[in-house]
Amino acid sequence: MARSSRVREPLWVRLILRTVVVTYLVLLVAWPVALVVLNTFQDGFVHMAEALADPVVQNALRLTAVVAVSAVVINLLFGVTISLLLVRYEFPGKRALSAMIDVPLSVSPVVVGLALLLVYGSRTGWFGPALADAGIQMVFATPAMVMATAFVALPLVIREVVPVLEEVGDEQEQAARSLGAGGAQTFWRITLPSIKWAVVYGVVLSLARSLGEFGAVKVVSGNIVGRTQTATLVVEQKYQNFEQTTAYSVAFLLAFASVVCIVVVSILRPKEES
Amino acid sequence: MARRRRPSRAVGTLNGPSALGLGVALIWFSLLVLIPLAAVVSTAAAGGWDNFVTTLTNDQTQAAIRLTVVQSLLVTAVNVVMGTTIAWVLVRDRFWGRGALNVVIDIPFALPTIVAGLVLLALYGKQSPLGVDFANTETAVFLALAFVTLPFVVRTVQPVLEELELDVEEAAASLGASRLTTFRRVILPSLVPAIAAGAALSFARGISEYGSLVLLSGNLPFRTEVASVRVLTYIENGNPAAASAVATVMLVVALLVIVLLDVIQRRVSRRG
Repeated sequence: MARSSRVREPLWVRLILRTVVVTYLVLLVAWPVALVVLNTFQDGFVHMAEALADPVVQNALRLTAVVAVSAVVINLLFGVTISLLLVRYEFPGKRALSAMIDVPLSVSPVVVGLALLLVYGSRTGWFGPALADAGIQMVFATPAMVMATAFVALPLVIREVVPVLEEVGDEQEQAARSLGAGGAQTFWRITLPSIKWAVVYGVVLSLARSLGEFGAVKVVSGNIVGRTQTATLVVEQKYQNFEQTTAYSVAFLLAFASVVCIVVVSILRPKEES
Repeated sequence: MARRRRPSRAVGTLNGPSALGLGVALIWFSLLVLIPLAAVVSTAAAGGWDNFVTTLTNDQTQAAIRLTVVQSLLVTAVNVVMGTTIAWVLVRDRFWGRGALNVVIDIPFALPTIVAGLVLLALYGKQSPLGVDFANTETAVFLALAFVTLPFVVRTVQPVLEELELDVEEAAASLGASRLTTFRRVILPSLVPAIAAGAALSFARGISEYGSLVLLSGNLPFRTEVASVRVLTYIENGNPAAASAVATVMLVVALLVIVLLDVIQRRVSRRG
């Protein structure tokens, strides 16, 4: 990066800014995160093994995996469909839909939970009683937990795919069509390969978000130990029950999974841009 | 966000499969997002104006809303200054460990909120190696919000700063402008939309935050209780009308932020 000295700050300014930024980030993020890792492994893997042997933790991890993967699959299908429609097609209400897609990012998780409770609650919800009569329990069970998770992670795939779809344009798709390819064939052979990395990126981000969802799931799950308790809820409960080492271990597992997700993303991203 | 551009031209009209896709997607979107959010507003409205007034003039609720708004504003102000500085250092400075800092910025996005609370508690709680104990205080609320909103301003300003042409700054310098004047008159104006967008996002996130506060702030009424905790308390007490009233206020704030962002984005895309 060749820059003339005229558009470069003097060394002392750069050193001050650098120090301020590093101090801020160390105090706010790096140090606290390092402490949790150290606390988890202060006696080697003993606490981790103990935590993993706890049936409550095992159940919670299994449930978190089921809920997160279901939500990600739903958001993947929905996200790619909506992105294609928003970029490639013209229909009334498109702008409004495009704006509404971002709403879940700004809604408090507790409000998300409340909203789902009001509609799918089995006694007083709008649709809940009818669904309960049909034998489907939504709230305090897995379906509402999947919905809550899907809600909070909804825009992530779309936000990655839409810019890429706009970037690549539709010349190739039109060429494929004019050569006689059908809609499905065009999608699988032309469109999907060109948005592949954006989709992967969106899925990884959604997965990280879904594994960590807490507030919305807490409201709709009822937090029933061993039944509707996800890993994040176990962290809260164990911490408040003074089983701090278990809380730290589960927190570490969740944090580790999310950090793996962002590392994967940061490795993927430059490839996609170049 | 700032990257999203509007499509350059109108494209295909709906045919069979795409119309079906749109239909299914819209039904799912309605069942998941629109109808539930409508239920919140309608439940609040069904309680009548009295319900609204009673809930929002309740001392404890007012204290919670005041705390949430004040701390969110404070954190947003800090983010505007620190976020811009961090973005500047990441883009314009070169030093060992810069890549690591770039990853550190993403950690708050990636960490589950409950883990974020636990993490901050390790350094600022009872067993703090710094000898401080901010647990269950307003400072804890501030710290939690600062942690979870850290990436917003950085990540909106960073790409804009990377795209800035150095020629303009060279020109300003060759015309005799000092570095500070160049920053104030040339660089800052082109960063303002990005800073504003980041600030709006971090304010919205601050207003709605819940998970990171649970372990850290203790949720003490009148002291560290925020708006979303208030909503949760109303739900648990079997008072959905009051919960919906507070939730509606929070939804309106979120909506205002989205509108604000849309306006900023359109202004930017018009300029570009």
